[in-house]
Amino acid sequence: MSRDAAKARGEVFAPWLDENAEPLIRFDRVTKKFGDFVAIDDLSIDIYEREFFALLGPSGCGKTTLMRMLAGFETPTTGKIMLAGKNIGPIPANKRPVNMMFQSYALFPHLTVADNIAFGLKRSDMPKDQIAARVDEMLGLVQLKKFGGRKPHQISGGQRQRVALARALAKSPKLLLLDEPLAALDRKLREETQFELMDIQEKLGTTFVIVTHDQEEAMTVASRVAVMDHGQLIQVATPEAIYETPNSRYVADFIGDINLIEGAVKSVARDIAEISWAESMEPLRATAPEGLTKGANCCFAIRPEKVSISAERPEKAANALPGKVIDIGYLGNMSTYHVELANGQMVKAQVPNQNRLSRHAFTWEDAVWVSFTATAGLVLTA
Amino acid sequence: MGNTRRLFLILVPYSWLLLLFLVPFAIVLKISLSDSALAIPPYTPTLDLSAGWAGIKALFADFDFENYAWLAEDNLYWKAYLSSLWIAALSTLLALMVGFPIAYGMARAPEEWRPTLMMLVILPFWTSFLIRVYSWIGILGQNGYLNQLLEWLGLIDEPLIILNTPIAVYIGIVYTYLPFMVLPIYATLEKLDADLLEAAEDLGCSRFQAFWLVTFPLSRPGVIAGCFLVFIPVVGEFVIPSLLGGSKTLMIGKVLWDEFFANRDWPVASAVAVLLLLILIIPIVLFQRQQQRQQEAEQ
Repeated sequence: MSRDAAKARGEVFAPWLDENAEPLIRFDRVTKKFGDFVAIDDLSIDIYEREFFALLGPSGCGKTTLMRMLAGFETPTTGKIMLAGKNIGPIPANKRPVNMMFQSYALFPHLTVADNIAFGLKRSDMPKDQIAARVDEMLGLVQLKKFGGRKPHQISGGQRQRVALARALAKSPKLLLLDEPLAALDRKLREETQFELMDIQEKLGTTFVIVTHDQEEAMTVASRVAVMDHGQLIQVATPEAIYETPNSRYVADFIGDINLIEGAVKSVARDIAEISWAESMEPLRATAPEGLTKGANCCFAIRPEKVSISAERPEKAANALPGKVIDIGYLGNMSTYHVELANGQMVKAQVPNQNRLSRHAFTWEDAVWVSFTATAGLVLTA
Repeated sequence: MGNTRRLFLILVPYSWLLLLFLVPFAIVLKISLSDSALAIPPYTPTLDLSAGWAGIKALFADFDFENYAWLAEDNLYWKAYLSSLWIAALSTLLALMVGFPIAYGMARAPEEWRPTLMMLVILPFWTSFLIRVYSWIGILGQNGYLNQLLEWLGLIDEPLIILNTPIAVYIGIVYTYLPFMVLPIYATLEKLDADLLEAAEDLGCSRFQAFWLVTFPLSRPGVIAGCFLVFIPVVGEFVIPSLLGGSKTLMIGKVLWDEFFANRDWPVASAVAVLLLLILIIPIVLFQRQQQRQQEAEQ
């Protein structure tokens, strides 16, 4: 079943919610150590067929090690990695139905584009006459039909990236690994290529696992994102869930821009928690997560675009705080205001620039009110 | 301004080449066209500059190709040429077979070891080439270290006769020219992106296939450079065959030496040298073209 067909019937592609779904990949309590250094720390995860799964985290978080274990370049110190129900631990890289697209592309400089794509096919048991047809098909898929005879150094960076993709996909792997596939492209090309990647993934239905440190890229392409830190998974969820309901300060801070205000739970009543965060300041009101207890230390988190800014105190706002405009960042499509509250706490508020030529409503040193609803912010305890 | 400066910069190397290569070569060429004589210098005619223009004309009138004709008549010479080319080709192959694994091992060694390994390859250059070749006499001789060791190990009863055979020449040549093979191959292997080998494995290659399909073709520029750097000087080599090869090894370098110093036939010796140069021009030009193509490919 393709994702399109599922969409047509009003279903959402979410095999991870289906208890009966068999995962394509299962990491079962995998630990990987390099000497004393623990790269992957007792990690378990299921990845399903047709998923576009993103491993996101800062460098050194273990995401690359995780991918290299899938490719077969590293073996787990303890734990099992299952691919389609089979333990792939003892299977060497050249025997796995898994292919990888390298960050450096790793195109063979002495072979033409077509020979690069045919390289893996020639190592398989595919008959010779079919190889040429398959290479042609792959060149068509990545729109490089005219470039088959060129050497890698004779084509542009974007074209090399597509050759690397075609080469990795040529053997129809069960799983395609992409190691920072777009890092070497400039911003504009990168954005275009993200959508191309998604199209190709949907067309072929291959499971993709992408490693990236670029959160925007992960959010754009992935069906689920795993945020990693120090060899552990911090949160695994859809891009929407990662952005709107991060489970910890780490995830909230890593993904996008956010205001974090440390405080303590003053009271919990009818789903609404009051958080005291500074002397002489009104407590903040926000939806309480389950199990929140009075007196607990917590962190109030709110995205800048959910913060409103006004000259007068809004009447009905659940939260309203007075402050002073310190800085204005003009981003074109929106402006970011840095507002300093009475106790010195800085709050960022983002306001879309809906009218062309309209002047900024506020300027430096203006006294303003920042306000937000009770459901706009999050109370994080982790 | 810019042009005169550039002209000056080009002039420096060219005048050195002229002075240090072309002028001596012209003298050798001149001697090769002269006749042998019992005199000092041992050939006629000699250039008499005091006679002016007439002297130069007389000089050219006396030139002939007798010596070259002689080289063609006596089969000693072309046998020596062929034998030199053969010995050079075979020792190049041997040096490649020994040198490639060394270069490969160096390139795959941990990065902090590489300068040390490189040092070890270059280290022999710090002592005299002649002394190193002499020391091989001590190793390979009938009562040399090698025979002593083999007898002590009980592997042989009678000493092996290696010294003064072609085998000793090959050992000497491969030993002496090995760094010229190792260094260019190491340079290409060291640059090789490790991702390429992982990519090859990822696409279904065994380690050996990955070596054969990726590492080896990509090290080819280094292999070719190394082969030329060994082949070209070995063709004219004379110290090693005369010290280690005895009378049985025929090499053109040795013939040249004998003509000059034993026969004191400078004109014939010069003709041998000129022919040797002509023979070597072909591989040298090929080498230059290969280097140029390599440079273009890298840009």
